[in-house]
Amino acid sequence: MRVGLFVPCYVDQFYPNAAIATLQLLRKLGVEVEYPLNQTCCGQPMANSGFEHLTNGCNELFVKNFSGFDYIVAPSGSCVLHVREHLHDKDETAAQEIRSKVYELTSFLTDILQVKQLKARFPHKVGMHQSCHGQRGLKLSQMSELVAPQFSKPGSLLNMVQDIELIELNRIDECCGFGGTFCVTEEAVSVKMGKDRVADHVKHGAEYITGVDMSCLMHMEGILNRQQSPVKVIHIAEILNAE
Amino acid sequence: MNSREKILAAVAANQPDLVPLPDISPLNFSQDGLLEKLTSILTTTGSNVIPAANYQEIAEYINANYPEAKIVSPLAELESGRLTRYDTTNGIDFQDVELAIIKGHFAVAENGAIWVTEDHMLHRALPFITQHLIIVIEGKSIVPNMHEAYQTIGNSTYGFGTFISGPSKTADIEQSLVIGAHGARSLTVFLLP
Amino acid sequence: MSAVTNKDHAELAEDFNRDENRVDWHDETLWWIRQKRDRIVHQIPDWELLRETASQIKHNVLSNMHSYLQQFEANALANGVHVHWALNAQEHNQIIRQLLKDKQITHMVKSKSMLTEECGLNEYLAEHGIEVIDSDLGERIVQLAKEPPSHIVLPCIHKKKEEIGDLFHMYLGTPSNVADPQILTEAARQHLREIFLTRRAALTGVNFAVAETGEFVVCTNEGNADMGAHLADIHIASMGIEKLIPERKHLGVFLRLLTRSATGQPITTYSSHFRKPRDGKEIHIVLVDNGRSEQLGRPDFRNSLKCIRCGACMNTCPVYRRSGGHSYHTAVAGPIGSILAPNLDMEKYADLPFASTLCGSCSNVCPVKIDIHDQLYKWRQVLVKKGYAPTAKKIGMQLMAATLSSPALYHTAGKAGRAALRYIPFAINNKLNPWYKHRDMPQAPKQSFRDWYLKNNS
Repeated sequence: MRVGLFVPCYVDQFYPNAAIATLQLLRKLGVEVEYPLNQTCCGQPMANSGFEHLTNGCNELFVKNFSGFDYIVAPSGSCVLHVREHLHDKDETAAQEIRSKVYELTSFLTDILQVKQLKARFPHKVGMHQSCHGQRGLKLSQMSELVAPQFSKPGSLLNMVQDIELIELNRIDECCGFGGTFCVTEEAVSVKMGKDRVADHVKHGAEYITGVDMSCLMHMEGILNRQQSPVKVIHIAEILNAE
Repeated sequence: MNSREKILAAVAANQPDLVPLPDISPLNFSQDGLLEKLTSILTTTGSNVIPAANYQEIAEYINANYPEAKIVSPLAELESGRLTRYDTTNGIDFQDVELAIIKGHFAVAENGAIWVTEDHMLHRALPFITQHLIIVIEGKSIVPNMHEAYQTIGNSTYGFGTFISGPSKTADIEQSLVIGAHGARSLTVFLLP
Repeated sequence: MSAVTNKDHAELAEDFNRDENRVDWHDETLWWIRQKRDRIVHQIPDWELLRETASQIKHNVLSNMHSYLQQFEANALANGVHVHWALNAQEHNQIIRQLLKDKQITHMVKSKSMLTEECGLNEYLAEHGIEVIDSDLGERIVQLAKEPPSHIVLPCIHKKKEEIGDLFHMYLGTPSNVADPQILTEAARQHLREIFLTRRAALTGVNFAVAETGEFVVCTNEGNADMGAHLADIHIASMGIEKLIPERKHLGVFLRLLTRSATGQPITTYSSHFRKPRDGKEIHIVLVDNGRSEQLGRPDFRNSLKCIRCGACMNTCPVYRRSGGHSYHTAVAGPIGSILAPNLDMEKYADLPFASTLCGSCSNVCPVKIDIHDQLYKWRQVLVKKGYAPTAKKIGMQLMAATLSSPALYHTAGKAGRAALRYIPFAINNKLNPWYKHRDMPQAPKQSFRDWYLKNNS
């Protein structure tokens, strides 16, 4: 199985450890992983701001970089959702193939690799942040609004980690307020949402806040650091890869 | 073109291709314990529910609980009681009614709603303008949910009908529930066998 | 009454957020309602089937509206009800004014109708010497406060009881500093009872209108619609043309969904079915288009017309809860308002589709399964293409697109960005950077993942 590793631009630039953990974890699980060197960004920041018509360059590049893999895997629900829903190209067959083969990391582990156990240990109290695009967009876990059976792909993986203590939250799947460019164009609401989300984790004793999307975590980290809180954020790949 | 024609023309031009109506029958289901369910939901939403063997018991309850009240009812079974007669078609004339007693056609177990049509009301305003309301229903007339409710209503040709599920209430001030907004301040439901 | 303001959603939301305790209170109040909704819908095992059924019925209505409108009209006329057609808000208001004028009526009582808010009816009638009193308690409160409702189901959800106490003290003669909801509600009951008993005209909204029977249904908890309508000589019902449903039995589906979604109640206290006027009295229905037929012609956005106005999307929206209904500066606030308003005026409401994180909770609570967050995304594309994006944003986006389309440019920019963060944080950590106002910037790593990969993998 040949997997193309898609590393979102802000992860590449600011959170390389999340990408390194993703790569190492996939290799540990016996997957042949390659990182196409000319990748940049999926184009979501433009598209969500109403500029989807400016994403042709990104799309073309994405198709060029990721055609031919059995799967494309990324440590991000949001970027994967964008590719699944909005990747189009002159070569529409190639784009369509990529749309159907791109996976967020935890769903790739549970649905494709069907991981049943992990050699990982993380002896800390951890709060799981359900990022909206992963949860409601990719349906990584059941949504609190629906009357339907419970499940959680990231949750089931975290439960395989030794010595981890997952905390409960009052609001299990409320948005953190990052929202792409929303975080600066609607600064006041974005920050308030972030503060409230962080407070829910802190109140329940989290040492770490984790999730499948580094963007939400970056926003919450910004708030935690401003509050000089000892609570840290960590991408789920780093926990699943921790020994 | 007048506005009617303009609206209809725009709608005709813009509506999508016909989408068929869904079958709503899978939503019907029969249930046990309808009486208990109805009683429980009415009680939790602020009504009194009282089982009664016959109208005599209802009359006794009224005499005991509303000894001085001005009472109005179209129910022939309560004629011998102390009802006030109103020969009026003007709803405003009912403004001093303290207690109205009307008959409901049936009740819905899932939400406590009782179906009443105007032929049971004396006047459309009565169930609302009265200070207190009693609705009498027969225990066997309980249906499980709103789908069965509309099956029971069928194509009857009432001029006005309403589901009443409790006393008038509001939570507009800081979401604090207050009973007795503009309509009846209380609802008592008598369940006949 | 729509809010008069030149500020956009972000600015109004910033104003709202100046009082953080109040934001917390507003958020908690609405979240509590969301929780009540969750509890009650989980008692209905086939809830999702019910939503799907309602959605399909509404799709059928939208696809067959032309004939349902005529069927409804014919049946209503046969029932002795008068039917009027209004192309827009202005015509709606004129029709109502004329009806009142013909009967020499100068005072009217009105129950809740968001359509009349959309049409600005109260102000219009006031200008023409007709006084309208809103009888829903929440609406009466905002009317006394000279404010528009901030929520379609909970009009004064933004007001604290002490503020309401002050209003009632000023206008209804309650003692000063009385804020007990029980006492205030009783005062409103007495005040409005007098109104109900003396008004010859009553206006109500319409929750559902049945094409098959020509009847319409009005749902209230307070009984104010019934008190008004049954005591008046003339009952005027204003309805948007999308409020139609095909058959009476479909009411069963919608009445099961409406209040469970709205407030977590099993059903409203009163669900009143008006089919015929009483002898000697009149019922008039005003069918209002006001942009709806145009929205019907927008394939990406027509599903917004499925809305049954339950307000669930507002209660669940994390942005609405923390920005308040007035920040949307339109009659219908929140997520649904943000996809309805641009249809009426793209320039004025260009900000609203951006007042969302696209979290998708709105689409999940919607009882008729409107794809609200997808429509917000699509409106953004339309608004930008039509030129309603701020120039600075346009330039920024073009730069970003150019950078991200070129690996070389991207790697250089990334390096520069990280260097700036690492060595001269003040270049970014300043007040002109909205991120930094209340958040620290990420710690810049020495190398990007790509740099690491090149070192460790080749």
